[in-house]
Amino acid sequence: MATLDAPRIVTSRAAYADSHTLARYLDTGGYQGLRQALTMFPEQVAAEVDAASLLGRGGAGFPAGRKWSMLRKSPVSYLVVNGDESEPATFKDHFLVERDPHQLVEGVIIAAYALQVTQAFIFLRGEFALGLERVQQAVNEAYEHGALGRGIFGSSFSLDIVVHPGAGAYICGEETALIEALEGKRGFPRIKPPYFPAVTGLYGEPTVVNNVETMSNLPWIVQHGGAAFAALGAGRSTGTRLFALAGRVRNPGVFEIEMVKNTFRDLIFDPRLGGGIIDDRRVKAIIPGGVSAPWFGPELLDLPLGQDEVAERGSMLGSGSIVVMDETSCVVRAAWRITKFFSRESCGQCTPCREGSGWLERILYRLEHGGGRLEDVDLLLDLSDNIAPGLTWPPQQTTICVLGPSIPSSIHAAISMFRDDFYEHVEHGGCPHD
Amino acid sequence: MTDQTRTTVSITVNGRVVESPAGELLIEAAELAGVYIPRFCYHPRMEPVGVCRMCLVEVDGPRGATLQPACFIRVSEGMSVNTESNKVKKAQDGVLEFLLANHPLDCPVCDKGGECPLQDQTLVHGSGETRFVEEKRHFVKPIEIGPLVLLDRERCIQCSRCTRFAAEVAGDAQIDFAGRGDLIEVAPSPNQPFDSVFSGNTVQICPVGALTAKPYRFAARPWDLEQVESTCTACAVGCRIAVQSAGNRLTRVLGVDSEPVNHGWLCDKGRFTLDSVDANADATDPLDPRTRITEPLVRRDGELVAATWGEALAAAGTVLRDAAATPGGVGAIGGAALTNEGAYAWSRFVRDVLASEHVDAQYGDGLDATLVQALPRATIDEAASAATVVTITGDLREELPILFVRLRAAVASGRTNLIEFAAGPSALRDLARVVLPVRPGETAVVAEALASATTPHGPRVDEFDLATARDLLGERGRGVVFIVGRANAAEHPAIVETAILRLARRYPDATFLPALRRGNVAGALDMGLAPRLRPGRGFDPRVSGRDALAQLDALASGEQRALLLLGGGLLNNVADADHAIAALERASVVAVTGHGDPALAYAEVVLPASVQHERSGTVTNLEGRVSAVTAKLAAPGSAWSDVAIASELAEELGRDLGLSSVEAAAKTIEETTGYPALSVLTSAATEGVVVGRGERVARRPIDPMATPGLRSADSVGLAAFGGDTVTLDVARTGSAVAATLDDVLVEAVTVPPFDAYALSLYAGRRLYDGGVAVCGSSALAALVTATTLALNHVDLDRLGVSPGDVVTVRGPRGAVDLPVALDDQLARGVAGVAVGTLTRDGANALATLMDRNAVTVQVRLETR
Repeated sequence: MATLDAPRIVTSRAAYADSHTLARYLDTGGYQGLRQALTMFPEQVAAEVDAASLLGRGGAGFPAGRKWSMLRKSPVSYLVVNGDESEPATFKDHFLVERDPHQLVEGVIIAAYALQVTQAFIFLRGEFALGLERVQQAVNEAYEHGALGRGIFGSSFSLDIVVHPGAGAYICGEETALIEALEGKRGFPRIKPPYFPAVTGLYGEPTVVNNVETMSNLPWIVQHGGAAFAALGAGRSTGTRLFALAGRVRNPGVFEIEMVKNTFRDLIFDPRLGGGIIDDRRVKAIIPGGVSAPWFGPELLDLPLGQDEVAERGSMLGSGSIVVMDETSCVVRAAWRITKFFSRESCGQCTPCREGSGWLERILYRLEHGGGRLEDVDLLLDLSDNIAPGLTWPPQQTTICVLGPSIPSSIHAAISMFRDDFYEHVEHGGCPHD
Repeated sequence: MTDQTRTTVSITVNGRVVESPAGELLIEAAELAGVYIPRFCYHPRMEPVGVCRMCLVEVDGPRGATLQPACFIRVSEGMSVNTESNKVKKAQDGVLEFLLANHPLDCPVCDKGGECPLQDQTLVHGSGETRFVEEKRHFVKPIEIGPLVLLDRERCIQCSRCTRFAAEVAGDAQIDFAGRGDLIEVAPSPNQPFDSVFSGNTVQICPVGALTAKPYRFAARPWDLEQVESTCTACAVGCRIAVQSAGNRLTRVLGVDSEPVNHGWLCDKGRFTLDSVDANADATDPLDPRTRITEPLVRRDGELVAATWGEALAAAGTVLRDAAATPGGVGAIGGAALTNEGAYAWSRFVRDVLASEHVDAQYGDGLDATLVQALPRATIDEAASAATVVTITGDLREELPILFVRLRAAVASGRTNLIEFAAGPSALRDLARVVLPVRPGETAVVAEALASATTPHGPRVDEFDLATARDLLGERGRGVVFIVGRANAAEHPAIVETAILRLARRYPDATFLPALRRGNVAGALDMGLAPRLRPGRGFDPRVSGRDALAQLDALASGEQRALLLLGGGLLNNVADADHAIAALERASVVAVTGHGDPALAYAEVVLPASVQHERSGTVTNLEGRVSAVTAKLAAPGSAWSDVAIASELAEELGRDLGLSSVEAAAKTIEETTGYPALSVLTSAATEGVVVGRGERVARRPIDPMATPGLRSADSVGLAAFGGDTVTLDVARTGSAVAATLDDVLVEAVTVPPFDAYALSLYAGRRLYDGGVAVCGSSALAALVTATTLALNHVDLDRLGVSPGDVVTVRGPRGAVDLPVALDDQLARGVAGVAVGTLTRDGANALATLMDRNAVTVQVRLETR
């Protein structure tokens, strides 16, 4: 059974139908974290976040406090919030922007105060129509409430927030592509080095880019202290975390649970969470952290949901998306669908990703729909190797950004774990599950 | 990379320690060390982007050896690089295989086949077998993305050279990527074709056959091409070019990367006007600029009829001898399209044989020749690296396109502050630090205000802007380059000449780049084709003579009887063409030209001359750089070089110029004046020599990846010249003294006050005018636009007219109907009409509106 006694940090208002309104927000302790932060020195606020050991919730899992402290040595110009959550089966930020936009806005203001930034941008996925409306509404209300603009709550700190809708490209979730898009250009990722946002970010200025969920944790951390946050979870994985559970589970959805204290099995099978597999079938594989993560087999179901624990087993918690495949799931189709997504979303800038993703997708299509050849399996691996040399984890890359090495993950996992399924597709002349 | 503080660093390339310039791109550093790294997207004249991934190499770093794009990272001390490891080979081979996956491999029908970087690198790195069995990506092919460029999207490898060129070099992102993934494509804007005057460069740098130029499509196969290196004379910038021909037909011009001049870029006028030389055999009317004059013509019974050289020379000799018998009876106009040797021969002919000082290579649309000579000269490089540049010119993109490119790069990078005297439209306006608006007649007043720190009365110049400009100019103008030309042909030249003279005196440390636009106008002036000037950039203060407009006046009044017309284009370029026609009608005209020309309607004798690409010699660009032009074709029919014609005509008149050949002329120029000629002619694979400086810049090696199709410069066609090589003594400044600012005579004129009810005429230049080169080019002739009357939107609103509406424009002497166009870069109260354009009915509207004697021309509009 799952351990669910931890406080709800970012989903505390989920029960209210009007959780997105300023009135409800104020009724439930809203903007108290900000008021408290404004009584502290910015360095103290940052120190609390550092003490919380809050890992970035966007995918890479870099400690937010350390990201900030690297930057506070020189003045930061901009704070950019990445809300371009667009990956298949990833929908935890979607929940936060629609259900608790003020919590996000308050978190952004607190972060801006800690960084002493006076201009922040919230870049939201363009398809989040309701989320965009609600975040913009929250920003407008925050201005009226005195929480934004000149002299916030009577202090000497001022901040403006611009809400910027994306134009429908997954790649803009990559922070340098997001910055290009914010500057009004095509969302082409920049080459790192030298274009680390912390050094040369938005408009060439030092820029902090943080995820929506990361920001949403800040009001609680300031109110309760970094130590209280760090007391939750274990090891480097502190606090709670949102998981978007999808696939063949009875009860898919977004769940906030304490890190490390729970395992994949707890999340998937606890009746208060995933509720088990549809028709009580057996787990075939799970994608532990978004479609760019290598897969796990059922033997790892008892692995704790912690960043290092998952990394040690050769994958990642990544974007907090967990997809469950059961014995009736076709892994070839899964790999094909994921590769098709990446192929469609490749920005087209650099060769291995642009051409490789399309080629891999076509081969997988043939395998799934008839026309597959035995040699296609090794061809898939060799082409994958030309995008992510060595097919190692963490991956190396021949591409500009990490979208490239994300492509082979599912292909490599599916073939490594279920090579015979591919041969079966070849012999059957298509998908035997159809 | 001309970092002054540059030192070297030690790097290890494939286990070998080499010294490399600090901060150099790894791909260049490796090449200096003799290690070539394959590439597609990298171009040495553009910022690297690292997108094609062909140049991935292993670089040791804190996380071990990782694959890094060699074109994007810069070397640092101790960097260790492996370009040959198995990992590198696999990555590079993988990239190449990916590039070929969707490539159509239609090489047999592709213009690039045989000179294609993708083809070449596939031969080196490719496997020879394809593993790609899927259906390839399909696009409609090819599509016209602009009037001169076609795009085959199937062949495109998305290297972004073309899109980067448009945004970064041309400064106008008319093409960019659309779509994403493997369906990404280069596309023009939906409502604006790719009509940049630099569009041909994208074809030149395309590493595959995706971009092709309409004029060259299917014209030749690369292995059939022969090449000579030459200098472009489409304008006075003097870009280095490679002229290629197949089967004795000119087929293609490519830009050669000349470090001090064009960096490999060309404008489309320079690139696509080959047709005018040898492709219009159907044209035979001597009044048509498309026609090549291939045999001597003599007027008999009112008609120009073919004659032998002997008959024609005799007829010409008679005309000139008779006129020369009267003092002041004969003079010459033209010569800016000649080589220095041709100009020298005619300069000698006019002085020595006709005993006349009435000679002018300009058409009254330039600057006073003495002033040009007296100004301390800047180079293009100096302008492009100056702290401050002041432009007192027309739109440089239209007049001297590659000077625009060089200057734009400097200003856009923030290195150079630009101060614009804004008389009319300018493509640099948005980048200028200070814009000083000057309406017709106001340039001298604003220059005076700038120089004397006063506030001008009348001009709408901001006092703050003037103060900023003064700060940028400093006390003596050190590090300042003035680019000076004639923006407005409808304004009396004394206005701008007064301004230039004032500023030259006020800022003695500043240098000047004369923005005279016509082909070899700088060389013609240096050879003495202007009153008081002498060959070798010399000056004779004791004499005086008529410039072009004074000669036309003298011809109209009968004071001068005969005119030696050197080259075409007079009526197309002189602002008051009606006045010129009246002059020609009274004159006896001997014309020397390779092309038909409307002025031949008034010629007694026409002597056929060879034109560019048919003659060898030297030319001088606007900065004073002497470089070689090279013959690729024999001249058609019995056309001769100008040196030969001048010599024979002199002989007809009983004099020997002693110029038996072009080489002899070059030798004579150099030996008698010290002006570089023969030494340039016999060592053409250099960047030429700047007059009075003698510095030689080493030529960049030809890079087939940067400019596919360009052959080695070894094949410069000068082997035909033998003879002595003159070692140039640059210490000699020439046989004649040079003019000083005190020698400059500027007419005093009074600018009439602005008439609030009238519009003041601005006659600017277009690149695609009605000139010989453009008219004779099937590709460019269609791009010449009909005359419009351009107005600011405030004036449009005030007059209640919209773009496209036809209005009657009334000048001092006549009226003409013109459609209205919007141009908000014109000041309020100013009406723009482009020189050299014609109305839809073929009329020269400017000629009707101009008044030769007016200081500024006022016109009124009558709406319908």
